[in-house]
Amino acid sequence: MKRKKLIGSIVRYALYAAVAAFFIWAISNSYFDYIFSQSETFLVLLRQHVVLVLVSSLLAILIAVPAGILITRPKFKKAEWIFSNIANLGQTIPSLAVLALMISVLGIGFRTAVFALFIYSILPIFRNTVAGIDSIDKNMIDAAKGMGMKPHQILFRIELPNSAYSILAGIRTAVVLNIGTAALAYVVGAGGLGVWIFTGINLFDNGFLISGAIPVTLLAILADYILRKVEYIVVPKGSRRIEKA
Amino acid sequence: MEKWARFLEVNSSRILELTIDHAILVSLAIFVALLIGIPLGIYLTTNQYLADTVLQIASITLTIPSIALFGVMIPIFSLINQGIGFVPAFVALVLYSQLPIIRNTYTGIKNVNPEMRDAAIGMGMKTRQRLLRVEIPNALPVIMAGVRTAVVMNIGIAVIAAYIGAGGLGVLITQGISRNDNYLIISGSIAVAILAIIADAILLLIQKRFTKKAIAE
Repeated sequence: MKRKKLIGSIVRYALYAAVAAFFIWAISNSYFDYIFSQSETFLVLLRQHVVLVLVSSLLAILIAVPAGILITRPKFKKAEWIFSNIANLGQTIPSLAVLALMISVLGIGFRTAVFALFIYSILPIFRNTVAGIDSIDKNMIDAAKGMGMKPHQILFRIELPNSAYSILAGIRTAVVLNIGTAALAYVVGAGGLGVWIFTGINLFDNGFLISGAIPVTLLAILADYILRKVEYIVVPKGSRRIEKA
Repeated sequence: MEKWARFLEVNSSRILELTIDHAILVSLAIFVALLIGIPLGIYLTTNQYLADTVLQIASITLTIPSIALFGVMIPIFSLINQGIGFVPAFVALVLYSQLPIIRNTYTGIKNVNPEMRDAAIGMGMKTRQRLLRVEIPNALPVIMAGVRTAVVMNIGIAVIAAYIGAGGLGVLITQGISRNDNYLIISGSIAVAILAIIADAILLLIQKRFTKKAIAE
């Protein structure tokens, strides 16, 4: 048992060491300098990036969650498989293509990027909402009916609390994906930290690459962490699952 | 429609070539990822402490945006003169496929019915026999689900790898963007989608073919 724990610790600390070595190497080569020497540009790009993600994610949540609830009502139950299949197919279209195709519809600029990100993040949220509501134990809904609950009471007191975990996981996936896709917003001229990454690729400038890529990475990891905490707070105790990596 | 016919007449051979490039890049990456991920996932079922660590690392890796990972890899691989092209794209794809493969192997084997495992021990099977004859066949549907997730995801990520010169169907899309040519963008993305759907279908067939009947129910 001791040996197994030792192997685990070695792997963990080796990884910490590798990350630390990377940062020391990057700092000693002054790859982070652009963040400080061009801090104004950096803040503008960071703000663009965050606004892109926030606006498109909020819009997607506002559309996808109600749509997922609507499609699981008995009236629309028959249409469910069509929409689920469309959602599955849509997921195979590359995000870059969604962005690129929006150019011909909306031109270049901020609005195009927001719209493309919005379209792309509807799918995971919609899918998880439908899956979450569908996976609820039918006996529980029967019990609620037997207690004389009306359909809207069943929705708000039984279905939504029990599928909260799945819905929030969908939102988390969408937001994290969105942060990555927003880095591609450069190609439609919407700014964001992707500007520095692409500049770095085009100019072979490691400074721009690292100064652009590391903040995007930290943003994604931070968003994932925060949304996991939100999940833990929002999901009711009874339906909380054991936290897994 | 006529324009499409003319476009395809001129470009179909190139699209096919790029599709094959794309498929080769993804399948090589998946092959290596399987060689690492499945043995690791199996080993993790015997070491809980390491399992927590590895799964955590893999899930953090998956949250890293692909273009950012390429951005970090270019300077690192430049040290060995492989900054852009096949190598960074390949390494990124292998890294991204680790989480679905390791996690599904791990949970698949962990969730094998303990009574079945007891029965195998009672029949006098050795650890290796138990693994090959009981645990892996029972966990196969879960493992394959992980592989399918990884393949479909990688086909999408490999598109972005065109920006760092790894070739594949992303080339059509990036060229379409810079030339403002919707035919290139649309044909590229449809080819990617079809590739993903076909790969998923083939893997599903393999999964069904090799799953024992008793387990499939």
